[in-house]
Amino acid sequence: MEEKNMKTKKWYSQNFIEFEKKLNGQAGSEFHKVRKSALSEFENLPFPTLKTEDWKYTNIKPILKQNFTPAQNAAPVKVTKELVSNYKMDGFLCDYLVFVNGIYDKDLSCLSEAAKGIIVDSLGNLLKKNSDLVLNKIAKLAEIENPFNALNTAYAVDGTVVYVPKNVVVEKPIQVIFLNGSDDENVLITPRNLIIAEENSQVKLIFNYEGISSKPYFTNTVTEVYTSKNAVIELNKIQNEDNNSFHIEKTQIYQEDGSNFTHSSISFGGLIARNDINSMLDGENVECNYYGLYLANESRHVDHHTFVDHAKPNSVSNELYKGILDDSGHGVFSGKILVRQNAQKTNAYQSNKSVLLSPESQVDTKPQLEIYADDVKCSHGATVGHLDDEAKYYIRSRGIPVELANSMLITAFANDVLENIKIPELREKLNHMIFEKLHRVEV
Amino acid sequence: MITIKNLHAEIEGKEILRGLNLEINKGEIHAIMGPNGSGKSTLANVLAGNENFEITKGEVNFEGKDLLDMAPEDRAREGLFLAFQYPIEIPGISNNVFLKTAINELRKYHGQEEITPKEFLELIKEKSSLLGMDSSLINRSVNQGFSGGEKKRNEILQLLMLNPKLALLDETDSGLDIDALKIVAEGVNRFKNENNAVLVVTHYQRLLDYIVPDFVHVLYKGRIIKSGDKNLALELEEKGYDWLKETEAELA
Repeated sequence: MEEKNMKTKKWYSQNFIEFEKKLNGQAGSEFHKVRKSALSEFENLPFPTLKTEDWKYTNIKPILKQNFTPAQNAAPVKVTKELVSNYKMDGFLCDYLVFVNGIYDKDLSCLSEAAKGIIVDSLGNLLKKNSDLVLNKIAKLAEIENPFNALNTAYAVDGTVVYVPKNVVVEKPIQVIFLNGSDDENVLITPRNLIIAEENSQVKLIFNYEGISSKPYFTNTVTEVYTSKNAVIELNKIQNEDNNSFHIEKTQIYQEDGSNFTHSSISFGGLIARNDINSMLDGENVECNYYGLYLANESRHVDHHTFVDHAKPNSVSNELYKGILDDSGHGVFSGKILVRQNAQKTNAYQSNKSVLLSPESQVDTKPQLEIYADDVKCSHGATVGHLDDEAKYYIRSRGIPVELANSMLITAFANDVLENIKIPELREKLNHMIFEKLHRVEV
Repeated sequence: MITIKNLHAEIEGKEILRGLNLEINKGEIHAIMGPNGSGKSTLANVLAGNENFEITKGEVNFEGKDLLDMAPEDRAREGLFLAFQYPIEIPGISNNVFLKTAINELRKYHGQEEITPKEFLELIKEKSSLLGMDSSLINRSVNQGFSGGEKKRNEILQLLMLNPKLALLDETDSGLDIDALKIVAEGVNRFKNENNAVLVVTHYQRLLDYIVPDFVHVLYKGRIIKSGDKNLALELEEKGYDWLKETEAELA
C-alpha cells in the first residue's frame, strides 16, 4: 500500500511541472508560492487509511489506484450551450457560471453587469488581475488537513469567487455549474471557491457538480466562506457526479457576530463521495444550519463529516442529515460539535436519520460532542430504520400501489431536509432527481 | 355485499378473531360494539388487508370476489374503505396529491379516464365544505400537524372523495368532541345511499345517535355473540358489557 501511495504522489508531483508550464507566466505570481508550498505538504502528508479516525468508514484506495490527469494538463472538453441548459435552473436567465473540469468557460456562462460593487467572477480571472481581495482571503481559512486538501491547493487555478459588499442584498440566487469528466482521459478536477459576504449583506448560491462522462474522474474541491457580521449566506450544494467518479469536498466557513449561514448538501452521485463541512462560530448570536440529504444506491459510498466549533457565547447550530440507502449503498455521517469554555448559552443540535431500502445497504453514524462550557444545550440523535409498514398500509388502503406508496414515504422522509431549501424551483427539481437516481416511480 | 364466514385471525400467534360470521347487504348500516380487546379493530383491519394479522381460517366474499386473496390496494379499488382509528401523517405529500393519486388509481383500475384538475378541485371544495374544513387544507401535507379531530375529519373527507361501496369506520368517534362527532356523522350520512353500506366499529353508543344502524352486533372474544337492532346499543350503554360474559359462557 505504501509503495502504491508513493506512486500516486509521484504522479501528481510530476504532473505539477507540466502544470506550471501551462500557467503562462503566472508561475511567478504571489499565489503560486501557496501552490508550491501545498505541493510539498502533499508530498509529506500520509494518505488516510481505515485506521485514521476521521476516515475509518471510508476506504479511499479506489481513488489512489488510478492516475487522474490534472484538468489543466488534459485535453480540453467541448461543451455545448444545450448541455448547460439541462443543468440550469428553470427560469434562470442570469447569473450563472459554468466550469468545465474546474476551468471557467466564459462563453457558456452568463454574468449580468455587476451592480453595487458585487463581484461574481472566476478565480482564474481574478488571479490574473492579482486581486488583493482574493490574495488576502484565499487559502487562509481552510487548513490543509490531508493530502486531498493539499492537492486541491497545489492545483488551484480556477473556481468561483463571490463578493457581496456591505449592506447589499443579492436578490436572485447565483448558480455555479461544474460540468465534470472527459471521454478521453481520467481527469483530476480541482475547483477552488471563495465566498465573501460583508457586513449585513445577503446572498444565495447553488453549486451543481454534474458528471458529463462515465469515464472515471476525481473532483477534489475546496470552498472557503466568510460570513461577516449580520450577513446571511445560503449555500446549496448539489452533488450529482457520475456514478464511476470520486468526489471529495471541503467547505470551511467562518462566522462573525449575528451572522446566519445555511449549508444544504444534496448528494446524489459518485462512487465515493466525501464531504467535510466545518464552521467556526467566532461571534455571538450566530446561527449555523447544516442540512444534508444523501442517496447511496448500487455500490456507492457517501460520507459526511461535519465540525461545528462554538467559540463564543449565545449561538445556535443545527444539523440535520438524512440518508436514503438502497442496494449495497453505504452512508456515513460523523458530526463533531465543540463548545469552547467561553461559549456559554450555546444551543447545538445534531440529528442523523437513515432509511434502509434494501437488506445489503449499510449505515455508520458517529456523533462527537466535546463540551467545555457548563451552561449549554446540546443534543444529538441517530436513527436507522425502514419505510414504516403501518404508513405503507395506510397509503395502500386508499388504492395506491405499493411502489407508489414507497415513493410517497421516501418523499416524506426527505421532506424535512428539502423544506429548508428556500428556492422552490430547486426544491422541485431535487424531489424529481431523488426518484430518477433511485430508479423508482415518482409521486 | 360482504359475507364473512367463520373468520379466524391472529397476531403474533395470539388468536383474536375466533370464528366470526357476518353478512352486510347494500343499503345497510351495521354497528359492531364490544369491550376493549374483543377484536373490533382487528376485524376492520383484517378486512382492509393489514398484513400484521394472519388469517388462519374462514372466508370473506366481497361483491362476489375473494377479499382475503387481494392486496390492500386492490381491496380499495374494489370498493372497500377503512377510516383509520389512528390516521398516518405523510409530510411532504399534500392532500391534493394524495387524493388525486388515489382517485386516479381507482379510475385506472376501472378503465376510466383520469380526473381533470377542474373536476378534482370542484369535488374537493364541495366535500371539504360539507365537513367544515378549510379549503387551504388541500395544500397541506396529509394529516401533518392535524389535531386528533382534524385527522378523523380528514378520513371522512377521503371517504367522500373516494366514494367506496363499503365503508368501515374504526372507532371514528374516539377523541372527538360532540360538535366534531356531529360533523363526522353528517359526512357519513351524506355518503350513505341504497347502493352502499357502512360498518361502524365503536366502543360507545353515542356515535350511533347520529349514524343510526340497522343492525347492532356485539363482539366478544373474537365472536359475535348477540345481534339486534339499534336498541341493543342502548341496552349495552345502560348495562355495560359485563352481562355478556354470561352469554358467552352459555354459548361456549
